[in-house]
Amino acid sequence: MANYSTNEFRSGLKVMLDGDPCSILENEFVKPGKGQAFSRVKLRNLKTSRVLEKTFKSGESLEGADVMDQDMQYLYTDGDFWYFMEPDTFEQHQATESAVGDALPWLSEQDVCMVTLYNGSPLSVMPPNHVEIEIIETDPGLRGDTAQGGSKPAKLVTGAVVKVPLFLDQGDVIKVDTRTGEYQGRVK
Amino acid sequence: MDKWQPGASLNTLRRRAAMLSSVREFFKQRSVLEVDVPVMGKATVTDLNIDSITTSVVGEQGYLQTSPEYFMKRLLASGTGDIYFMGKAFRDGEVGLRHNPEFTMLEWYRCGWDDHQLMSEVAELISLLLAEEGGFSWDVTKISYSDCFFDNLGLDPHSAELSTLQLLAAKLSSQSWIDETRANCLDLIFSSQVEPHLPRGITIIYDYPECQAALAQISSNNVGQNVSKRFEAFVNGVEIANGYLELTDASEQGVRFKRDSKARELLKRPAVTMDQKFLAALSSGLPACAGVAIGLDRLLMGALGVNSIDEVLAFSWLRC
Repeated sequence: MANYSTNEFRSGLKVMLDGDPCSILENEFVKPGKGQAFSRVKLRNLKTSRVLEKTFKSGESLEGADVMDQDMQYLYTDGDFWYFMEPDTFEQHQATESAVGDALPWLSEQDVCMVTLYNGSPLSVMPPNHVEIEIIETDPGLRGDTAQGGSKPAKLVTGAVVKVPLFLDQGDVIKVDTRTGEYQGRVK
Repeated sequence: MDKWQPGASLNTLRRRAAMLSSVREFFKQRSVLEVDVPVMGKATVTDLNIDSITTSVVGEQGYLQTSPEYFMKRLLASGTGDIYFMGKAFRDGEVGLRHNPEFTMLEWYRCGWDDHQLMSEVAELISLLLAEEGGFSWDVTKISYSDCFFDNLGLDPHSAELSTLQLLAAKLSSQSWIDETRANCLDLIFSSQVEPHLPRGITIIYDYPECQAALAQISSNNVGQNVSKRFEAFVNGVEIANGYLELTDASEQGVRFKRDSKARELLKRPAVTMDQKFLAALSSGLPACAGVAIGLDRLLMGALGVNSIDEVLAFSWLRC
């Protein structure tokens, strides 16, 4: 992989830091009046998702990370791995539970997710921002209570639990924002 | 990008104009003479960490000045008395949220004053320039470099072993700092561990480490350590001004120039022409004086509470 010097650090650039692939979030040029210039860099460790701050001397460089974001269709899980397919080449990739991580309770078969590949294997999975999933378990719906604000927990077929309005029932399909975990509406 | 519009709003441009006229009024009342020295010269600074922009003039190499200091000191040596300059200065490679390669600098010299007298005047002028619109008055804190360093790190910056500073710098950043110079380690530690904790308002820090003297005199502090008679002013934690009790000794200045040039050579930085006319002026006698430079763009950022220098310039380099 190519090396990138501090003046090429841009938001979104993927680099290796202490053996882990990281994504650069911010690069601030710092220079004391009479002193040497630094780059104060915020990075996200793509393995742990932790954000860290590092200061580099201007001109220092980091090795680029072989990291690629790719849209893939979620196929199925065999309990050990979760399988994704590249839509144009039909190439399949297996992701571990830790790579799937927080996306797990939102995954429905055939949904298109963004899979981050590191050295060719899935490192993390981002579910679509909005998903449509069926309610598998909730208290019986209260008709005529549509105007009142109340809510109740509902379990979805994918495993997520979200707060939904009281009138919804088991078997209803709802739309959820996966970034906030919030109910967005009922799907007819 | 074809954005032709300015970065500063009309309101900001008005505030900038008001700031420039307040500065002129301030110095007029104090009988300090405005001087309009060249921004282009045949020589430039040897400072290791300041890069000059070069240009070509009738076949000769020229440099855009990184500060008006050498020309002003030649005027002082010729007997002008107290003087100030307000205009452009240029530094290559400095582009960022708080840096533009061309910026507005206010620099002035007070003959017969020491650094502490000048610090009071700096605080007075900065308060005046910041207060124009806000209505409230800004707190002024004055603290020595070693006190604010110790308060945040429990370590004396002047007596700490170099290896201790290198270890700390490496811990804060990366292993590549383990053989850095004392000055660079101190800068890294200071900017990441002290600056963010400076009090809000105006803070003046004095008695910088001996290794960061630049053109300041060396003297001993109240516990007998060698320090440089250099100070800096910060507004809400952002570096705004740098001042010295000026070095007047031509031979010591020559030694520092040569040390800088050697260091530039070692680090393979471009060699620069030492300013012989400046050295000659020092030999003929620079009056005892204290001098300071303020970055007016940064000060305007502080006054308006904005984060980016692009918002206080008509056209930052990105828009030129």
